[in-house]
Amino acid sequence: MPAYRLTVNGRVLNVDSWDPEQPLLYVLRNSLGLHGPKFGCGLGQCGTCTVLVDGRATRSCITPVRQAVGRAITTIEGLGSPDQPTPVQSAFIADQAAQCGYCTNGMVMAATALLRTTPHPTLEQVKSSLVGNLCRCGTHTRILSAVMKAAGGQTK
Amino acid sequence: MSRQSAPSRRDLLRAAGALVVSFSWTGSKPATAQGPAQAAPDLDAFLAIHPDGSVTIATSKVDPGTGLTAAYRQIAAEELGIPVERFTVVQGDTAATPNHGGTGGSTGVPRGGADIRRAAATARQALLEMAAGQLKRPAAELTIVGGEVRPAGGGSGVTLAALIGGRKFNLKVNPNAPLKPASSYTVVGKPVPRTDVPGKATGRHVFVHDHAIEGLRHGRVIRPPVVGARLVSVDESSVRTIPGVRVVRVANFLGVVAMDEWAAICAARELKAVWGEANAGYATADLERTMGSAEVVREQTPVNRGDATAALGAAQTLSASYYWPFHAHASLAPSCAVADVKEEGTTVWSSTQDTYGLRNLIARTFTIPPEKIRVVYMDGSGSYGSNGAYDAAADAVLLSRGVGAPVRVQWMRADEHAWDPKGPAQLLRMRGALNADGSIAAWESTTTGPAGPQWTDTLLGPTAAGISTPQVRNGGAPVVHNLDPPYAIPNLRVTSRLLKDTPLRTSNLRAPGKIATVFAVESFTDEMAAAAGMDPVEFRRRSLSDPRAIAVLERAANMIDWQPRRGVRTGDRTGRGIAYMRYKNAENYVAMAMEVAVDRGSGKITVRRIACAHDCGLIINPDGLRNQVEGNILHTLSRVLHEEVTFQDSHVTSADWASYPILRFPDVPAVQVALIDHPDQPHYGAGEAACAPVAAALANAVFDATGVRLRSVPFTPTRVKAALA
Repeated sequence: MPAYRLTVNGRVLNVDSWDPEQPLLYVLRNSLGLHGPKFGCGLGQCGTCTVLVDGRATRSCITPVRQAVGRAITTIEGLGSPDQPTPVQSAFIADQAAQCGYCTNGMVMAATALLRTTPHPTLEQVKSSLVGNLCRCGTHTRILSAVMKAAGGQTK
Repeated sequence: MSRQSAPSRRDLLRAAGALVVSFSWTGSKPATAQGPAQAAPDLDAFLAIHPDGSVTIATSKVDPGTGLTAAYRQIAAEELGIPVERFTVVQGDTAATPNHGGTGGSTGVPRGGADIRRAAATARQALLEMAAGQLKRPAAELTIVGGEVRPAGGGSGVTLAALIGGRKFNLKVNPNAPLKPASSYTVVGKPVPRTDVPGKATGRHVFVHDHAIEGLRHGRVIRPPVVGARLVSVDESSVRTIPGVRVVRVANFLGVVAMDEWAAICAARELKAVWGEANAGYATADLERTMGSAEVVREQTPVNRGDATAALGAAQTLSASYYWPFHAHASLAPSCAVADVKEEGTTVWSSTQDTYGLRNLIARTFTIPPEKIRVVYMDGSGSYGSNGAYDAAADAVLLSRGVGAPVRVQWMRADEHAWDPKGPAQLLRMRGALNADGSIAAWESTTTGPAGPQWTDTLLGPTAAGISTPQVRNGGAPVVHNLDPPYAIPNLRVTSRLLKDTPLRTSNLRAPGKIATVFAVESFTDEMAAAAGMDPVEFRRRSLSDPRAIAVLERAANMIDWQPRRGVRTGDRTGRGIAYMRYKNAENYVAMAMEVAVDRGSGKITVRRIACAHDCGLIINPDGLRNQVEGNILHTLSRVLHEEVTFQDSHVTSADWASYPILRFPDVPAVQVALIDHPDQPHYGAGEAACAPVAAALANAVFDATGVRLRSVPFTPTRVKAALA
């Protein structure tokens, strides 16, 4: 079975995949036990599977594993932890910006990518950057508030 | 894994070990809190105080991110005088939690919370009496503070851990145990943070979708192209190049299992199967037109006072019809379950909202004794009712049984959108008449909706496998709540009609029936106000007498900067609308106001602001409550603006997020929620009520902005543009 050399959360790993087209999502979840990225649609429509590839928010459910070789992959596990959350994660916790929490991975990853390129976004910029991330519980206003706070800005 | 986020199996069982609920593969039935003939439940089934002073609450209710467990921790901490941080909650495990009902209908806090409070109060009384012996003081002179029983007037005490830690109470819950007065609450009413959020924000929270056990296989199910189609033949050679695939076929049930998840996905996609014809059903476009004349199987009149028919015949009447479409639960996580079927016992991990109900359903369906089935709740994404979780659990049992190994079944996106049981469509007709002074003289409401068998009687997998025969018992509950306006009306007649057939399976979806009934009733109230030439707020207020109703109405109006208006405005493309209802006419008081702008060119509605005044009685956790209310509002706004299940011949064609769009961030309005606390009043649940007035508030705002009345959901730009033309 072909092996692929991946850099995930700073570690270089070899993973096997019988199919070079296997989406990165399943490699992360099943081969590496990184369950932070979620399966939501497999179509690149909802954002629950988002990881950072070379710093860019990327849909791992439609990214073939072969395309991930030689790139720096960061999953939510590679950001902070419950004891040492990143500012974005910390703001989500402080604002209780989750209900079921299934979309939260995508929200945190998309917001993290945004704030790396745009440290002080307007509320409209945050809304635009999250246009492809779906939330079904209706937690949108808290998510927006958390991202704005993480950026040191105001929601209004 | 984070302890804060979700207990591991080991933690959970260690905690459960201190509880008396017994479970064995071989014999006696599990002891549950819901004994025969309402016997008082065992206190130890609900509460265990450990030697380290920590406390486990066990409950059959589950918390898929609603904050229910935070509320339970607060309620128990309040009664017991133990810091809330020391409480953990074990939820929905038929081997470890008492059965005091499933989770739904916003009953988690009012009923489940009352159970927890009574258990904690019973424990408090027992602990005071135990300490009385040790401290040689009358129990009445003692109090519990910080996990210690002490003389109320000062002096040394004894810790609860020393009194009971690790041991059982051996008591029944005393329904009359004295409760703390609400005026003395210090934990209830505070915004105690949820314990699941840190894990969710850092990717450590474990969902059923993440559950991995030794030897786990991945399963996928292949559904027919049309509901009820016969499986004619399967060509297994079509998946021979995909590694390690096993095909499982039981009559018309077809699935694949593989060690590798991607292999299972590819196999499900590639497997060649020939399906036969199936019955032709309805098309979506016909439904709104045909529902009113379809065969009715049951009709009831829950409210009939005065003589509405005569009064409507005598006066000049207004009438209007409203339509609510089929909606999908559209859970962000497609349904998933893990099953491990063994001779000695079957274990199912599921995000069901009712683990005991699922256990009994699996027992009945697969003819397995219930005591040989254990169902363990694990979080899925929000389900907002009964999504595909039950079906996925049955699929997992079928596949695990088929391959003799544990199997995780993960539905794909199209499976969830197409095959979850749907929130049913409703057609509503309103008639009304005004008195000369503008008060309502008479009103008639009728709702018509499909019924058909309960989704639990038509589990997809077992039905296809020929294991269970769908029982047509018309389980669909008739919609009766909130069809009667909350206003003083002397002549009122309310009729609920259930149709014999349904084009799609139905189940409960958040605030079932009541969003549509309030949409019709509160839109029509606005139509009556316009006909009377009166301001919509004033029109409502003068027909209300309950001060709590008037309070929320006025609060919402103030929050949206309501400007009184008379009748139909010319429409300057921005407008404000309001709606009020009392949930089930017996619970939460909610008023909602919206400010919108309507683009006449595109038909797009922009919701700028939403203001909601919400009174659910005693507030347990204001932040959790606010989160739920905000969620109710935005979830329902999505349903009203965007959502409609489309289908052709009972085959759902809106099977992904492109064909079934939902609310996205750029369209999220500012949401302002005012919580009105009544510590002296009973606490109602808050998982649904604020959904109910959303559609009407929006329709009324659009009317104010344009002079045009929207009576069919969803309010898509195409429809709005057509209505404005």
